[in-house]
Amino acid sequence: MNNKLLEVKGLEVAFKDEVVVNNISFDVYQGETFALVGESGSGKSITALSVLRLLPTNARVSAQHILLNEQNLFNIAENDFCNIRGKRIGLVFQDPMSSLNPVMTIGEQIAEVLQIHFKYSKAERTQAVFDLLQQVEIPEPERRINEYPHQLSGGQRQRVMIAIALAGKPDLLIADEPTTSLDVTIQAQILQLLKSIQQQTGMALWLISHDLALVSNMADRIAVMQQGKIVETNQAAEFFKHAKHPYSLKLLAALPSMDSCIDKVSNIDQSTLLQVENFKVHYPIRKGFFKRVVDHVRAVDGVSFQLQQGKTLALVGESGCGKTTLGKGLINLIPKTAGTVLFNGINMSSLNKAELRQKRAEIQIVFQDPFSSMNPRMLVADIIAEGIKSLHPDIDSANRQQRVASLLQQVELPQSSATRYPHEFSGGQRQRICIARALAVEPKLIICDEPTSALDVSVQAQIIDLLKKLQQEKGISYLFITHDLAVVAEIADEVAVMYQGQIVEQGDVEKILTQPDHAYTRTLLDAVPRLLN
Amino acid sequence: MIILWTDALIYILVLASLLAGFFICRKPHFKRPLKKISASKTGMISLLFLMFFILIGLLDSVHFKETEGNSHEIISLLDYWAKPLRTQSEKTYSAPFSAYLYSKEMLVLDDGSKQWGYSRLVYAGAHLQNPETEGCSDIVSKALVGFGKGAVLVILFMVLLWSYLHDRHKHLINSSTAKAVWFVVFLLISTSYMLVYLSGYYHVLGTDKVGEDVFYQAIKSIRTGLVIGSLTTMIMLPMAIVFGIMAGFFRGWVDDVIQYIYTTLNSIPSVLLIAASILMVQVYMSNHAEDFNSLIVRSDMRLLFLCLILGVTSWTGLCRMLRAETLKLREMEYVQAAQALGVKQGTILIRHILPNVMHIVLISVVLDFSSLVLAEAVLSYINIGVDPTTYSWGNMINGARLEMARDPVVWWSLLASFVFMFGLVLAANLFADTVRNAFDPRRAEQGE
Repeated sequence: MNNKLLEVKGLEVAFKDEVVVNNISFDVYQGETFALVGESGSGKSITALSVLRLLPTNARVSAQHILLNEQNLFNIAENDFCNIRGKRIGLVFQDPMSSLNPVMTIGEQIAEVLQIHFKYSKAERTQAVFDLLQQVEIPEPERRINEYPHQLSGGQRQRVMIAIALAGKPDLLIADEPTTSLDVTIQAQILQLLKSIQQQTGMALWLISHDLALVSNMADRIAVMQQGKIVETNQAAEFFKHAKHPYSLKLLAALPSMDSCIDKVSNIDQSTLLQVENFKVHYPIRKGFFKRVVDHVRAVDGVSFQLQQGKTLALVGESGCGKTTLGKGLINLIPKTAGTVLFNGINMSSLNKAELRQKRAEIQIVFQDPFSSMNPRMLVADIIAEGIKSLHPDIDSANRQQRVASLLQQVELPQSSATRYPHEFSGGQRQRICIARALAVEPKLIICDEPTSALDVSVQAQIIDLLKKLQQEKGISYLFITHDLAVVAEIADEVAVMYQGQIVEQGDVEKILTQPDHAYTRTLLDAVPRLLN
Repeated sequence: MIILWTDALIYILVLASLLAGFFICRKPHFKRPLKKISASKTGMISLLFLMFFILIGLLDSVHFKETEGNSHEIISLLDYWAKPLRTQSEKTYSAPFSAYLYSKEMLVLDDGSKQWGYSRLVYAGAHLQNPETEGCSDIVSKALVGFGKGAVLVILFMVLLWSYLHDRHKHLINSSTAKAVWFVVFLLISTSYMLVYLSGYYHVLGTDKVGEDVFYQAIKSIRTGLVIGSLTTMIMLPMAIVFGIMAGFFRGWVDDVIQYIYTTLNSIPSVLLIAASILMVQVYMSNHAEDFNSLIVRSDMRLLFLCLILGVTSWTGLCRMLRAETLKLREMEYVQAAQALGVKQGTILIRHILPNVMHIVLISVVLDFSSLVLAEAVLSYINIGVDPTTYSWGNMINGARLEMARDPVVWWSLLASFVFMFGLVLAANLFADTVRNAFDPRRAEQGE
């Protein structure tokens, strides 16, 4: 089993003058799982694409050699390369929605690959598609075969992608962040599937991921990539015991750990800041000529909870459970259907428009996507000062600038940031700007809507530390919406688990994460990839 | 001095753009995009051409009554300076640089006998004894002299300017863009001087059916093109932006009403609307003949109304695009963040939505500008465009259209209007492209 399947030596990729992959060498052995780990921008996807010759034409690729089964890939003509791609090497991308053609049924899309690589009759082909769908454990394959991608769930789409990659019976399957856009329970299923298929077929799996915890459950060998270079390659077990390179150690240290919730010093009980009772957001489903309301989508369906001053309540749930709708509903970005929101003892729905505008200053929101949450045509100083301008028009511009400067200092950004545009910053820095914008109006509560899920682990840890620091200094409460239980353990005092628009379980973070009552909470916890210690 | 309606609007437009330019130059964060525009060769050269066109258009927009002799015609500064071009008309068609008419007629020779042949032109080439033999060399030498005179003039001017700039603004002379711009200035001025000089002796672009100089017509048409392009856009733009953004942002009944208006407007053939309104204006003018006592006032009124009605019918496309874009933008998280910060809705519209749809506005304005210049030609064809007495590229094409079937073909009217129209539209397109690139902060980094 220990033959080299893929041998990459001295690979370099450059766009114009920018070297993105810098002289890297690695091997993938037959039947093993090789994981290439690194943060975004480290060049791991580029490496995979360059092996498959899928890079745009402005990329310059050079290497001493890339051998697949001792055949040099550089010597193969472009025409014959189709026999490598899809046949010898399969590829699974991150986003299953955009990798599937929306106007072809999944059966056709799988059959397309078979048609290219095998000379099957029509009946044989249909049978092969059917077998593949069974292999990737799609329920009711005979029905699914004629469905379109939009009719499938995210996890099922990724299964179809895997089926397409497997169709050519490859020796090597490259999985480029295969589960990043999926929920944690689905992620566990997909990883399980990949493992079992690997055992069945004996193919090698080259896993590309940013998630060390996930990799630790899967990989036989690990290579860590940083800024285009492989800084450490080792057997997985060895790596997690004694990582050598400082960057690997940093990555491991940055991993949020589920154990950090244990023995958390809970603050002395304080006054209730936010009390939500029977909160509902329903979207009407309209049908027919007169747009009659026939039914409702119950996005949030009767949620009640309390939040103490200076504490953090984490709202946990998978995508589509209504947690973001709840967050936006609380600050009136989405109209609520029913329920009362008592903030500092004041009923929010009893306020008139002008009062509400002022009250809004006390509840702020930080969004998930740091790229779309700032107006690209405004300077950072104007973005931060926007709230001050609208809610305190009496503050003159000199004082305003002073406040912006002190806010930048609080979120640990250089003062020169003020006169730059948002696109000049990295994801983590942008999230800091968003936090500064929220802080500008001195809120008592910040709703954090997945503020770290678009960030790399090391950046994520920094943002969480910043949020914690600000909470200690200013006594702000957080309503922390997330799908990531490890982050919850880091930051939350209390947890509420949401499932299909309702809170199924809530309580102290330690209790929920260690002795969950509800079955769904247990499923969630089991699905989280953890480091094997 | 006499101020026509379109003149007044042009002055206002120029004043407004000067003020806007002044305002923009003072804002510190506009410095970078402006610098980028001034560093772009294509941008600066196309701006130069645009300015040249605009300058001619402006010269043509200063009207006064000519008091010479007994004529009381209203003419513009351009007419005044181009008097030889304006007054030296021939009998009928003549080819560019030709000394003969384009059609045969009965000639009375010196000895009294009659002959069927091409007669000499009254003005063009009149200084030549024998055009067949002297013509070519005369044209070349006159062209060289004209170019040389222009070159001397422009070099003199440039040397003076350089010696002034040399100490303070070195980059205005030394950077590669500046060099290209200076070179184009040199070419442009020398060539125009050459053409003007040649026009004293020949019809450089020939004459049309009634013997009028085509070069003069083409130059006069610049103003019409600019007026139709810019005034129509000015009328259309506010409507499209206000309605489009409001429909997209507020949704609900506002959206319904605005959508209803523009679908209705869209479903009426615009030609019908234009024809009706032009007819209305004409009826109005003939009922109030005392207010519209001269030809030029009447045709000016008609031009203005054409702009108005074109503006009213052409805002729907942009409006629809802006509505769609606003629908997308209002769901963006920065808009929601602004709402959470208690920013008023009007402020959100102006600060967050408007700047982010400006690229669409800019692109479609330029495209519309070009298509409006072209639409004018089509409308003139069915006689509901500008007044037949107004000089316009549309009228020129319309006049030349009938002669396309003729053998040998009369091509110069068509070519002249095409070249001028093409120059204007291309310069506008290229310049708008540079502006859009420079003002998009996401592109600022990539640079060229």
